Amino acid sequence: VFLCRPLSMASRWSLSLYLVSKCLQEIMKWNGWGYSDSRFLFNKKGQAEFTGKRYRLSGLILPSLKDWFEGTFGANLQHRSPATPSLNLSAVAPPHLNQPFVEDLKAAGLSVSHDPEDRVFRAHGHCLHEVFALREGRIGRVPDVVVWPSCHNDVEKIVELACKHNVCLIPYGGGTSVSSALECPREETRSIVSLDTSQMNRILWIDEKNLTAHVEAGIIGQDLERQLNERGYCTGHEPDSMEFSSLGGWVATRASGMKKNIYGNIEDLVVHIKMVTPRGVIEKSCLGPRMSTGPDIHHFILGSEGTLGVVTEVTLKIRPIPEYQKYGSVVFPNFQQGVACLREVARQRCAPASIRLMDNEQFQFGHALKPQVSSIFTSFLDGLKKFYITKFKGFDPHHLCVATLLFEGDRGKVLQHEKQVYDIAAKFGGLAAGEDNGQRGYMLTFVIAYLRDLGMDYYVIGESFETSVPWDRVLDLCRNVKERIVRECKERGVQFPPLSTCRVTQTYDAGACVYFYFAFNYRGLSDPVHIYEQVEHAAREEILANGGSLSHHHGVGKLRKEWMKESVSGVGLGMLKSVKEYVDPQNIFGNGNLL
Amino acid sequence: ILSYPRHPVLKKRDDFEDVLEERRRSSDLRYALRCYTPTLYKGLVPCKVSMLKSIVLQSDHLQCVIKQVSSESGDSTECVAEEASLILDEMAHRMQLSTVRFFVFTLSKAFKRLFRSVCVNEEGIQRLQQAVQEHPVVLLPSHRSYMDFLMMSYLLYMFDLPLPVIAAGMDFMSMKFIGEMLRMSGAFFIRRSFGGDKLYWAVFSEYVKTMLRKGYAPIEFFLEGTRSRTCKSLTPKTGLLNIVMEPFFKGELFDVSLVPVSISYERVLEESLYARELLGVPKPKESTSGLLKARRVLSEDYGSMHVYFGHPVSVRSLAEGKIKRSQYNLLPRYIPQKPSVDTHEFLNDAAFRLVRIQEENMVLKPWVLIATLLLQNPDGMDLSSLTEQTDWLRHLALAFGAFLDWPDHEACSEVISCSLALHRRLLSVSAGHVQLSVTDAPQVETTPEEAVFQRAVVVLSCASYRNQILHVFLRPALLAVAMQSANSSRKDDIYNCFNFLRNMFSNEFILCPGDSVQDFEEACYLLMKRGVLQVLEHEIVMSASGQSTLAFLCSVLEPFLQGYQVVCRYLCEETNENLTEKEFIPAVRSFCFVSLSSDLQKNALAALLRLKAVRKVKV
Repeated sequence: VFLCRPLSMASRWSLSLYLVSKCLQEIMKWNGWGYSDSRFLFNKKGQAEFTGKRYRLSGLILPSLKDWFEGTFGANLQHRSPATPSLNLSAVAPPHLNQPFVEDLKAAGLSVSHDPEDRVFRAHGHCLHEVFALREGRIGRVPDVVVWPSCHNDVEKIVELACKHNVCLIPYGGGTSVSSALECPREETRSIVSLDTSQMNRILWIDEKNLTAHVEAGIIGQDLERQLNERGYCTGHEPDSMEFSSLGGWVATRASGMKKNIYGNIEDLVVHIKMVTPRGVIEKSCLGPRMSTGPDIHHFILGSEGTLGVVTEVTLKIRPIPEYQKYGSVVFPNFQQGVACLREVARQRCAPASIRLMDNEQFQFGHALKPQVSSIFTSFLDGLKKFYITKFKGFDPHHLCVATLLFEGDRGKVLQHEKQVYDIAAKFGGLAAGEDNGQRGYMLTFVIAYLRDLGMDYYVIGESFETSVPWDRVLDLCRNVKERIVRECKERGVQFPPLSTCRVTQTYDAGACVYFYFAFNYRGLSDPVHIYEQVEHAAREEILANGGSLSHHHGVGKLRKEWMKESVSGVGLGMLKSVKEYVDPQNIFGNGNLL
Repeated sequence: ILSYPRHPVLKKRDDFEDVLEERRRSSDLRYALRCYTPTLYKGLVPCKVSMLKSIVLQSDHLQCVIKQVSSESGDSTECVAEEASLILDEMAHRMQLSTVRFFVFTLSKAFKRLFRSVCVNEEGIQRLQQAVQEHPVVLLPSHRSYMDFLMMSYLLYMFDLPLPVIAAGMDFMSMKFIGEMLRMSGAFFIRRSFGGDKLYWAVFSEYVKTMLRKGYAPIEFFLEGTRSRTCKSLTPKTGLLNIVMEPFFKGELFDVSLVPVSISYERVLEESLYARELLGVPKPKESTSGLLKARRVLSEDYGSMHVYFGHPVSVRSLAEGKIKRSQYNLLPRYIPQKPSVDTHEFLNDAAFRLVRIQEENMVLKPWVLIATLLLQNPDGMDLSSLTEQTDWLRHLALAFGAFLDWPDHEACSEVISCSLALHRRLLSVSAGHVQLSVTDAPQVETTPEEAVFQRAVVVLSCASYRNQILHVFLRPALLAVAMQSANSSRKDDIYNCFNFLRNMFSNEFILCPGDSVQDFEEACYLLMKRGVLQVLEHEIVMSASGQSTLAFLCSVLEPFLQGYQVVCRYLCEETNENLTEKEFIPAVRSFCFVSLSSDLQKNALAALLRLKAVRKVKV
């Protein structure tokens, strides 16, 4: 039980410092996920532990992780593949500076750097190939300059100068992209400038009458939530990356939060967006909650992935902090029953703040992350539970799966809601399995990125990807994609069967969002990243062939660009291209994403 | 996976084992009652026969069609649903292990009497065992005899494989008792034609798909649609193939394995029956009493039988790059959709390739070579020259990749006399002279017509053996004829001629549509390797030693060319304006009573229609 107590949501996200420092690399890893002081490792006894003090899991021993890890991947703690310990500065190409531009920036009083560490840090997101290269000390093209605007006007100035001197701007928010969106295009010959929004991180005003807040777009999720909480409010937008991702990034990728059932996805949350483009500033003239003024211009901005301009300020809906929060979980005899239950919950439109269904492999994964139990009594109780479910209720431990739930609201309603959901679950053979399992399920989603770093220390690489799909195709898509992954790995000479697992993470009226984890042991392979990419490519093909979307919330970036035309039709793509052509004819925002 | 090797000669095939050997040594009863524990599909959803029916009737697909039909016809949905339920009752199998055991017992007895040996490639069985666990399996046997599906189920039982459900023609159902017995051993019955009947099609396709999706049992059907009376493979039908592939296209299954099975008979049980049918004597109706009368077949020797289980073909890999599965994204999957043009082309291509695989794995006995030669020499041959030429032909066939079952350490003359003995009903041998003839014609007075008819029966029976090897010689023979008729040694001219012949004969033989160039190259390669031709850049030249081979190849196609000519002549000379399709065959037959089988006449007409030489006018 290392997550927060139900009431204070702020503490869900650790004890972090406010991420306002320009030198992020001082507290964050340069070649892995998250804070430098927080990482998984296998100690001398071979037990897994999580270091640091930031998380509830920090300092705890995870006794079953080693067996799960070795059993699942055929990995061995003797076989290590450590990362390059520190950045080799000589591997970073010297900056290709546009001197007049830099001088104009400095003259305008903007904070600028061409320090290699600053540049390398902003040259990547968290795709496997990006992190893998960093761990090997391979550095590709990196931005030549980093500039830190501190307000909307600064951004206007920078964009104006960029146009004047014809340099390429790449907006940088939290750096958590998983679509190769931050990679510098190889064919770019101009000087590349990373525009880091981290200093634009203030809440400018809060309007309690209309329940809105006006916020600078560089603010990081957890800081936004904490500061609002202090005033008694929240946005309720909690993507798994919210410790590090920024408001502007959410807008630019059409982010989705785990509690969207109550608060909505980012497109439902924004009331007003201000964006600086080479053509000037785009924004609406009022804060009306809905308008019929032609196509919604917000939808050119949402999901534009930094190709049109920089989002500088956003007016967001806010809500009072809910009175009560409760986790829960339900065990189902198999995945089919679980999906049927989620479908029914969606049909009755009674989904809790969050409802997720993990498949059997992921359930076992979650189990492997159980911290050491302190008393004989608890372990006895666990044994009893297991006995009840597998022997008494006859659930096959290799088929059962778990739904995790999070309820929010006032206490009475939460309890009533909880009963309603558990009653539906019972119709599909679901058994309530306690709050602990629920919490552990949610924990998995934010430690997974740390766990990937651990895997990479022992020849295991992996990644997650997602899609959305109509209800009637959920099961078929999950099965086919998982099987495709296994088969592709085998065909490409991966020695040990991969981990290929999925969960349904969001429910909608007409379908669901499905999330896949895929990892394998790459010992004996000469080019593991290439194989990884081929398998992911095949998996995406399979998703599309099974009626899934190109992306639910990760975005397209450069990783999934090749399928854009197929996804939105030639005319659709042409429309987007003509907008780009009008807004940014010089291709100042030349990160090459999306189109 | 389906692209058969460019050089068919190099093909590696499995060894056979005789499964009757064991049967001759131990009790059939105990065998029929032994513990049967089939290997199961990993995704199997256990499901009773009765459950299966209600799943089909409740399915979204069928419900949707019921509503459609009801709104079109004005009948109430209950009424239409009732009709659907009746269709399903008429169709569905009721597999029971006890019935299967009964069959196993009786068939063991029967097979041992009929056949000297039943040979199966055990490696094929092992592959099937693997395949059955991984994905739902569709068995696609060739169809030459009623024995085929009995033998299939018998073998699957023998090797502890799941028993298939078999798509059978409705004709069997009219056999009281036997029809029900077949039903209880896994046969389900479909009407011969139900073109426009939406409801029937929906029930049928949903029934098959449900069994496939649930992994209920392997589905078995005959690509050729019916028994081939000529022992030539028939142009495949794609309807059922589409049904079994659709669950993959629509993402309901990860994959489906298609297993082509080649069943070949040294002597076909229905040999003379087929010949009579081809000559216009109607097929005896399937009936139980007819079956009892046919008991006499049990007293004869039918030699050996070979069953070759081919490599499973994955529908997924077949469709790779050819079928865009996302075409099904925008319509709910339960709404029936006609296959798109692309899909249709794919199905057709796949069906042809599967039949080609069946052909290539069909075992050929020495008699097939002898029959070929005897047909080319209507006046008979001396035993010595027959022996010599058979040996020559044997080497030619082997060079072209024939799957020939020639006894290893026996003299050629020995092998030939064995074959002649087995097929003595079709021959007369006197004073070292072998000739096709009617041996069982004790009638004192035969009219000339009857005599011709009797002779035609023998010729057609014999032709059915020659036909088994045609697929081996077909491509080189087309080339040989093309060279003869092109009157030029230019490669282009010869190819054009080849292409024309290939096109004309594409109802007659299995020629994959679109493979024209490939077939031409294959023919060139084979003849070049044999030293018959020299293929230069723009020219094809016959070698000095190639004459006899080319002559042989030409005469292989001769009867077909002649037959087509007869049909054309008839249409040119005799036709009155309103010839109906029904009258066509008897009319051609009386026009020229050479050994013309109705099969060839139909094919010729179909080809002429296709080539737009003849027009069909609806009356």
